[in-house]
Amino acid sequence: MLRFECPCCGPRDHDEFRYGGDASVRRPAHDDPDPEAWYAYVYIRKNPAGLHREFWQHVTGCRQWLVVERDTRNHVISSVAFARTSQA
Amino acid sequence: MNARNKRLPEGGRIDRSHSIEFSFDGKGLAGYRGDTLASALLANGVTLVGRSFKYHRPRGILSAGPEEPNALVTLGTGGRREPNLPATMLELGDGMAAESQNRWPSLAFDVQSANGLFAPFLSAGFYYKTFMGPTRRSWKIYEHFIRRAAGLGRAGTEPDPDRYEVRHAFADVAIIGAGPAGLSAARAAAAAGARVVLIEQDFLLGGQLLAEQSDGVAASWLGQVEAELESFETVTLMKRTSAFGIYDGNVIGLIEQRNQDRPPYSGQARQIVTMLRARSVVFATGAIERPMVFPNNDLPGVMLASAARIYLNRFAVLPGRKVIVATTNDGAWRTAFDLAEAGAEVTISDRRTTIPPALAVEATRLGVAVRTATRILDLRGGHCVKRATLKGPDGRFEAACDLVCVSGGWSPTVHLASHLGVKPRYREDIGGFVPGAFPANQFGAGAMMGLHATADANEDGHRAGIEAASFCGKSAPVPAPSKLDLGETVTTPFREVPCAQGGKAFVDFQMDVTTKDIELAHREGYESIEHLKRYTTLGMGTDQGKTSNFPGLSAMAALRGATIPETGTTTFRPPFTPVAIGALAGRATGHHFKPFRRTPMHDWHLANGAEMLDVGLWMRPWFYRRSGADVNEAYVAEMRHVRQAAGLMDISTLGKIDVQGPDAATFLDRIYANGFAKLKVGRARYGVMLRDDGIVFDDGTTTRLAESRFFMTTSTARAADVLSRLEFLLDTAWPELRVSVSSVSDEWAAMSIAGPEARAILAAAFPSLDVSNEALPHMGSYEGEWRGRALRILRLSYSGERAYEIYVGATAGEQLWSCLLEAGGPLELKPYGIEALGALRVEKGHVAGPEIDGRTTLDDLGLGRMVGKRSGFVGDVLRRRPALLAHDRQRLVGLECMEDGKRLRGGSVLFRPGEKATGHGWGRVTSVTFSPERDRYIGLALLAGDLATEGSEVVAVYPMKAETVRARVVSPIFLDPQGERLRG
Repeated sequence: MLRFECPCCGPRDHDEFRYGGDASVRRPAHDDPDPEAWYAYVYIRKNPAGLHREFWQHVTGCRQWLVVERDTRNHVISSVAFARTSQA
Repeated sequence: MNARNKRLPEGGRIDRSHSIEFSFDGKGLAGYRGDTLASALLANGVTLVGRSFKYHRPRGILSAGPEEPNALVTLGTGGRREPNLPATMLELGDGMAAESQNRWPSLAFDVQSANGLFAPFLSAGFYYKTFMGPTRRSWKIYEHFIRRAAGLGRAGTEPDPDRYEVRHAFADVAIIGAGPAGLSAARAAAAAGARVVLIEQDFLLGGQLLAEQSDGVAASWLGQVEAELESFETVTLMKRTSAFGIYDGNVIGLIEQRNQDRPPYSGQARQIVTMLRARSVVFATGAIERPMVFPNNDLPGVMLASAARIYLNRFAVLPGRKVIVATTNDGAWRTAFDLAEAGAEVTISDRRTTIPPALAVEATRLGVAVRTATRILDLRGGHCVKRATLKGPDGRFEAACDLVCVSGGWSPTVHLASHLGVKPRYREDIGGFVPGAFPANQFGAGAMMGLHATADANEDGHRAGIEAASFCGKSAPVPAPSKLDLGETVTTPFREVPCAQGGKAFVDFQMDVTTKDIELAHREGYESIEHLKRYTTLGMGTDQGKTSNFPGLSAMAALRGATIPETGTTTFRPPFTPVAIGALAGRATGHHFKPFRRTPMHDWHLANGAEMLDVGLWMRPWFYRRSGADVNEAYVAEMRHVRQAAGLMDISTLGKIDVQGPDAATFLDRIYANGFAKLKVGRARYGVMLRDDGIVFDDGTTTRLAESRFFMTTSTARAADVLSRLEFLLDTAWPELRVSVSSVSDEWAAMSIAGPEARAILAAAFPSLDVSNEALPHMGSYEGEWRGRALRILRLSYSGERAYEIYVGATAGEQLWSCLLEAGGPLELKPYGIEALGALRVEKGHVAGPEIDGRTTLDDLGLGRMVGKRSGFVGDVLRRRPALLAHDRQRLVGLECMEDGKRLRGGSVLFRPGEKATGHGWGRVTSVTFSPERDRYIGLALLAGDLATEGSEVVAVYPMKAETVRARVVSPIFLDPQGERLRG
């Protein structure tokens, strides 16, 4: 029963969102030919007990992809930001 | 007043002017409004109410609350039949018909209670040993026998005709439990300015205050606070409502009983589930009294001391006249006093040697016999307890009795507070577990925090209410609480260790777990409390071990020579009380289980004899009944018609995405494995997308409408995933690309005309349109208007025939559909369904969902050549991993059935001829159809190794129907390999 403070739509129930995986991994450039880089991006995950940066999309709201910081131990959400602006 | 009637002439919180008729096992009885089923049964002198789970022992009413392990009944018949309801929680209603459980042929005479026969099979670990050990096979012999013998009530098998609701609610402060602590907390939080929801499982507020005399100080305090709460507009009182779980974000699951006493057809919800989101929560859940463990402690007539007091003072029922009160603590003495005052002959047997003087004085005044340092060794009786054997400082003695009140101390009700992972912590001074450290938005108050005296609980609730409101930013000044002191003495209780000498001494009444089972578990090494639970089923009943948890771990601690904290407690999980699945589902059943998506032509399909099929959320025409008697006949006829004349298909379900922006072409070039940058305006192209790991994701066509605007279609199934993926890449990976994507799936109605006559029909339907091969070639497009609506025509073929996809504004869909059929009538245009569509594409060798199954690569599907030497697209690097390029991978082939009159089946496993048909074989059949073109069954398959060469023979094995059929490997394109039909 998580709830996200969507920067566009305000506090919304997690039913409205789609999980998009770990946001701490960096996607290689689209033309990066290095298999190791892609392997790490697709398969290697930290699975921390604690703060986790992850992608969520507000699918039944503004459809923005968001970066959410969630504590995996107690589901406390410390920040929610647009993925577009929080990536750099 | 007959001898069995135990109702007192006056007192109690029952409405004697409103008599209620009910029945128990078919026998008509009477009670009053304000009774529970349990109190009404006791008033009628019914002591035997059920048979135990494994041993079929006679059982009576133990408690007066949700912890009841014995008095479980079934209510209702047919679809309304509901088993395992604690009689202690059922508000007596007119015409209520309750049945006892787990007895045959009758409750009083149960043949299986000669349980010596069964006992050896039913000890702890029996199931484990039988399943895991060398005696595994004997399970087959005993299973039927044991399943019949052991059990609770049986659920109904018919659909439940009643309505259930699920709703969401919000509050500043939610308070669980309306006893002295909860009431004070609600009053304080409301006065501080918070919106309060007070949740009470009972149909009356008051909690333990209801055990006090109904005309005393407690009652007047209760009346005053209740009136005060009702005067607040910001307070919602939810009675008959149990909090069954606490979830993340302070969401509380509530189940509310409604209309239990209404006639069944009132049309109102019978139960309502509320998901209440509260900014802060106060747990005021009280405490549950523990039974004592000694031989035959499960006889009817053994009752928790607090429950006896509730039956006496709240329901005006005197449950026994010759009473032994066995206790370890002060609380049960109040039961002894009240029973004595009501005329019972009472003996107190207290484990302690020293008693607070005030209690001793009061006992003398009321003529209660006091035995200190005394315990019960054994009980005897049949359907009710008759004699007790006790042991005191002067040795053994016997006493006659018809009621034994027990109190092994109190367990704070920490269940709910633990659901989110707050670990309970043991307090030696009160001999029980209390919640550990709460998060900032949760508070505990009263007995659940170990404060058993009413005055303390009351004050503690006041404090918690103020703190909980303050957490929500509500801090208006709160007037001091009105004091309520019942003068209870509270001293550290004696810690009772289960006594196990003699007969069966029950720890868990509902699951029939005895001290011997715990000894056995200990002997066999299941010492951890979590192992003990699973090995003996201790605490695994519908009561979740509310009365057995502590005695069980206490017994194990004694066997291990460990302390209680060292032994620990099991993890508490939702639900606190059983919740019917129907209540959780609410209205989402049957037709309303999931939303239905209908295309704009839906009504036409229904009106014209379409058999519909659920495809995900969509409803699509499967086939039209005019085409044939059943689906097999119809789809072949529809296929033939498309190949010979023309067919019309509703394809509105395709995902449709509008892609716009200066970098749109660059974007498509990256997300499709094949190139799109060079696609000319006005032309369409088939495209395949990969996942990052190099596996095929989806396919579809994309049309370039303008230099920087594209119209993408996706498969029906993947529409949502593709859009989300595109948005993900634009938002997170390539924010520098100036591209916008949006779904236009619902904006367009879409239909496809396919067949040799398709062009002529198009010309007839759109007379002003140049439909010539030059103006509208294969992969060409047209954009215009039809009757003022946007119109888009793409010349694309899925079936292998000359075909046109026609898109029109959704609201004009049915109009255009009818218009096309009318224009195409003279040329025999007929609608066809998705069964024929699927068959046509198999004949043409197009891959779809069964082949694009999340495991196949471009090369597997024969699409590798589309990519050429391109790079830089999604999935390009990882698709080159050696394992994905290995030459022995299964790849797409065509199969042709070699045996006349036999059919290929999807899902068949492929073997070499003569090879033993075991394991995964060399491949599998993914899609099949009857091919009018080849006049036999054909299919697509994924097949490995040298078998996958054209001309090889394979055997397709379908174990589900024990079918085996020979097939030949052929090209997957069964029809028109040069594509002449669709181009000309």
